[in-house]
Order: sequence, then C-alpha cells, then structure tokens
Amino acid sequence: MPNDIFPLPVEQAHHLAKRFFGKLLLRREIPLSDLNFHQLVSHRYFSPTPSIQKKTFRYICSRCNNQKRSLFGKLPCHVCQVMHTYCRKCIEMGRVIECEPLYHWTGPSPLYPSIPEPCSWNGQLADNQIEAAKRITSAIANQEEQLLIWGVCGAGKTEMLFPGLTKAIRLGKRICLATPRADVVRELLPRLQEAFAPVDIQGLYGGSKDREGTAQFIIATTHQLLRFEKAFDVMIIDEVDAFPYHKDASLPFATERAGKKVSTTIYLTATPRAEQKQAMHRNQLPFMFVPKRFHGHPLPVPKFKMCFSLRKSLATYHPPTALISWLHHRKHQYRQILIFVPTIKLAEKLGDYLQQLLFEQKIIQSRQQVQSVHADDKQREEKIASFRKKEIFMLLTTTILERGVTFPAIDVIVLDAGHDVFDEAALVQIAGRAGRSPQDPTGEVIFFHEGKTEAMVQAVSLIQRMNRRGAKQG
Amino acid sequence: MNCLWCDQAIMVDVSWFHFLNPSKPKRLCQACESQLIKISGHRCQKCSRSTTQSICYDCQRWDNDDPLIMNVSVYRYNERMQEMIAKWKYRGDYTLGYAFQHDFANGFQQFFSFIENDTQIVPIPLSTDRLLERGFNQAKQLADFLPLKQNQILERKLTEKQAKKTRRQRLAMKNPFNLLGRINKPVLLVDDIYTTGTTLRHAARILRANGCQKIYAYTLIRG
Ligand SMILES: [Zn+2]
Ligand SMILES: [Zn+2]
Repeated sequence: MPNDIFPLPVEQAHHLAKRFFGKLLLRREIPLSDLNFHQLVSHRYFSPTPSIQKKTFRYICSRCNNQKRSLFGKLPCHVCQVMHTYCRKCIEMGRVIECEPLYHWTGPSPLYPSIPEPCSWNGQLADNQIEAAKRITSAIANQEEQLLIWGVCGAGKTEMLFPGLTKAIRLGKRICLATPRADVVRELLPRLQEAFAPVDIQGLYGGSKDREGTAQFIIATTHQLLRFEKAFDVMIIDEVDAFPYHKDASLPFATERAGKKVSTTIYLTATPRAEQKQAMHRNQLPFMFVPKRFHGHPLPVPKFKMCFSLRKSLATYHPPTALISWLHHRKHQYRQILIFVPTIKLAEKLGDYLQQLLFEQKIIQSRQQVQSVHADDKQREEKIASFRKKEIFMLLTTTILERGVTFPAIDVIVLDAGHDVFDEAALVQIAGRAGRSPQDPTGEVIFFHEGKTEAMVQAVSLIQRMNRRGAKQG
Repeated sequence: MNCLWCDQAIMVDVSWFHFLNPSKPKRLCQACESQLIKISGHRCQKCSRSTTQSICYDCQRWDNDDPLIMNVSVYRYNERMQEMIAKWKYRGDYTLGYAFQHDFANGFQQFFSFIENDTQIVPIPLSTDRLLERGFNQAKQLADFLPLKQNQILERKLTEKQAKKTRRQRLAMKNPFNLLGRINKPVLLVDDIYTTGTTLRHAARILRANGCQKIYAYTLIRG
C-alpha cells in the first residue's frame, strides 16, 4: 500500500476489518507484509497492547488471563538478548512473550449483511419449545444482557434458538455459539449450515479446517475464544455447567471478553450448577425452564442394579455377570448400546473383552461392532460417526460422550456408577442420552453399582422432578 | 514447586536423605517423571540405541571413516517425550527444558567421565529463522546444563525443514553447516535428539576437516 492512500478506501478497510476485527492477535497471526502492517499500525488501524502485564507481585497474560506464577516462564530472548517472561498456559496457541505485543483492530468496524430470510429450516417447533424460542428472540431483539435456558436433555435447545438466530441475522448482528467440546462443534456445524443456508458460518476448534474466524456466525470451542475480544453481539454459551469451565478459569474469562460491550448472552444448560441456581433464585439471572422433551415423552428414569464385587471384576477388566444376562434378556434387542465407564483403561480393556465375548455368543457378526472411545483416542471422530451410522453396535466410552451428542435408539449403561467421576450432573446427562428420537422415545438406563451414592440418588430424584413438572405443563 | 509438565504441586520430600542432597530440585511430579524412559541395559556402543548387538545394524553402515567417535543419549523416544519436545522446542517453552536438567547433567558425569578436561561443547545451531521464531536454541539450553566450556562455532547454511525429509534425502544432503573458526581441542556436540545421526555427522565432518581430532556427541533422546 502506498502511504498516500491513507485513510484507506472504504472497500479495502472493510475487507481488512472483516479479517481482523474483534480479535487479539500476535504479529505472527496477522499474515500481512511488515511494510503494510507497520503502515496500518502507524495509521491506527491496528493498536498494540502489552501482552504480559507486570503487577507488583504477579504477572497477567493479556490473552488467557493466566495469573499463576508457575505458569509463567522466562527465557533468554535471542532477539532482545535479555530474559523475558512468557505465558506457559496458552502457549499451545502460539507463545505470548512480553517483548511482543498483542494487536487488535482499531479501524472501522465491519458490516455484516442483514439477510431478510436467513433461516432455511422447514421443521416445526413443538409447543413447549415455542415459548422458550419467543423468550430468546425478545432477549436478542431488546439487547438484554443475559438469559439462561434450563431445558432437560432432549428439550431441543438448538432448535429453540432458531427464531432468535433468525432475528439476530436480520438485524445484521454477529453471533457466536460456544461449546466446551469439539465433538459438539463438529455435530452442530453441518446442522446449522443446513438450517441457515444463506448465512456465512464457520466452525473453530483445535485442528478445524476453518481457521480465520471471520464469518458472521461462528461456532467455536470455548478455548478458541481466547483469540477474540469484543467481537460478538450475541453470545450463546452451550453447556454452561460443563466441567472445563470450572476446571479452567480462562474459559469463562474468554467467553465474557468475546462479547461486545452491548451484547446478549444466552446460556444453555440441562443441569445448572449451584451458583447458577443461586443466581436464578436471587433474580440475578433471568431464566426460562423447559422441563419437557421436544417429543413430549418423559425422561427415562435410571434403574439401579447392585452387583457384589463389581469393582473386583472390573479391576481384572471383566464385566459383571448381571450385564451379560441383561444383554441377553433386554426388551429391545435392536437398540445400540452405549456403556459409560470411569477410566480410559477400563474402556479399552473391557472393550476388548466384550468384543470377543459378543462375537463368540453371536450377538455381533464382526468384532468391529464393539469399540471403545476416550478423549485421547485419535479415531474418536470416526468411531462416533460410525456409531451414529449403526456400524458399531456397542460403544464403551468415558464421560466424553456424556453430553451434546445424540444417537436415536440406544440403551445406556453406566458401569460403576458410584465412581467419583460420575457426579449428579454427569449422571443426569448420561441418562439423557436415551430415548432421544420421537420414533423410539424410551430407552433403558441402568446404573450398575456396588453401593448407591448421593450423586446417583440425587440424579434420579432430579429426573423424576423434571418429569413431574413436564407432566403438569401438559 | 509445581510439576513443569502437569503443574500439580510437587510434594517436598523432607527425609534426611533429601536434606543431605539439596542439589536436586524436583522439576517433575512422580507420575510425569515415570513417563520418561531412560535408556538402560544393552545399547549400541556407537549410537546408544537399545540393542543386544554391540554395534547396531545402522551403525555398521557408517563407513570406517565415521567422524563421530560415539553418541550417548539419555532417554528413549516415546509418546510423552514427543509431546514434551513439541512444547519445549516447537512451541518454545524454555522453562520446560529444565525438566531434563538433572538427568542430562547426571548422564554426562556417568558416560563422559573419561573425557578430556579441555573438551569444548559445540551445540548444534538452529537456522536464524528458527531462532527468531522460537527465541532460543534448545541444544544451547542443554549445553548450559554441562560443566564444560562452550564454543558456538557452527552456523546453519540453509533454512529447509529437516523434519520432513526421509533418511535417504538427509544422508544425501550437502553439509548444512558453516564453521566460524577452528578448534583443535576435543569436541562434544550437543543436540536434543539423535535420529539417524546425519546432522551430527555433518557437524563432525566439517570440524574434522578443519583439524579437530576427537568428536563425541551427547543427545537428550535416541529417536
Ligand atoms: Zn496466556
Ligand atoms: Zn547404533
């Protein structure tokens, strides 16, 4: 760019704005030549901000908000020939070091099209969904700060968003749907692209094809939001009670920062945490309760099956005999089976065992029909896809499949339901995997255990309460 | 102190043994430390690979004119090591390198007790581009753990990515180093990983051609 073209012509500025607006980027994440970049900085299209803030007794990473001493490092910086502090916490996204600022776009804001008919979905919302959908739409239209939708597993929370999303896009707003899990981004992206065919939608997760995050509608893992700042008019936070938000404080920080100053945040959850319940109770958090599944049938209530020496047999990677006898006698033999186990090792080893056993007992025709999956499994995506295509009959999994993913006709088993990893929310979510489809709206959920826990009892009582409220609603 | 890998707090061992050996600060927790596998048992005398042969098959293929007397490595390559190297070297987490300090310094005492006192360490250099990108040279960091004088006498010629090449291509490549001076003392080359040994031999060859007689290599990992 020659120097005399500044200020930039509208079209060119808009093009750059679309690429860089609302982000917090390292120089190396801005693919422009040094010359162009420096010109843009000197004309204030980009502004630098210190990447590591030094306080009296601590550092703060401006990208991920890390403030933990042990997660900062020092290195003898070759460029500056002195020791420099860097953030170890978000280093996987490219190292933030004190001698390199973060940049944000301070040029003109981009314009997103207001599409008159953005929604290409022909489906119908059920009565119980319509009310929530209206509430979401008005929150967006009136720029309300926040709204929580508490809907049971299978309430159809995604579809409930459609009228609100339609409204937002008609108004030319920029939207982000954030979820803690990449599996969910992968599932939602094609669904939303189909439902909003005229809209530019991108999915961002570690290793996704889309990298830029320039679309009007972004579906992202919460982690990816660390690159955004004041970018979105509407933020939809899926599974706000999920484990990563609580484990990693940078995630709530990132979601909050990603919204514009005036923006609407919609939280979705089936199992709110104590602090969310408290906020609702104190009228600090507007909410709407959806106790009924979209197909109108009640949630399957888990059954307990006590097995003596369950942990002993699992320790040697053997299934309890009660499981085998259930396998032979269950009512709906056509249903696929999803088995939750507490550890990766157990998923793998028990998977091997059951593969052999079911093959010998001729329950399956090929050994491939029993598989296991866990967070570090490199074939995780393929396995989930082939379970969905019914190529896999039985899938053993750790808690990674407790939420977000939907399979139409399955029975659900939890082995060692008394284990610590299965807290109340996890068990409710797990039970919520069954009976999702209107064609097969029931499904067995069985907790195999060696002694009831508070979490198990609470989970069942919560499900029963929801069902009662759903029935009352009619 | 927190574990450099998982950031869990490390329980401090206050037994008298630890009290008498305050020189070994724990950098990794027990669980993470146990994921790193040191090379033990029979190994190739030339390249440190675990083998029952005294000289492994690959090393027998080097001609008699091998410029490298031997390589010693500390750890085996495994999945955890691969993850750690990626974070340390490619992501540029300098601090993580301290996780290897103790074993690397100890291994030196154990395997190079015979080495001449005036031996100089030559860390394998990075290309300028890489150095600017990462901010430090991991081989230099390893060299800093050792009690010998360093001499950064090598420089990279080109910036092609080594990682993507096959063994054949790497063997066939021209020498990627320039020598910036002369050394007539014994040399200990230091690098993070010994994979085929080609890079180290390129370095050794150019040193020998310029008058260096004894050249050893010491690497963190036998790939
Ligand atoms: Zn950070
Ligand atoms: Zn060898």
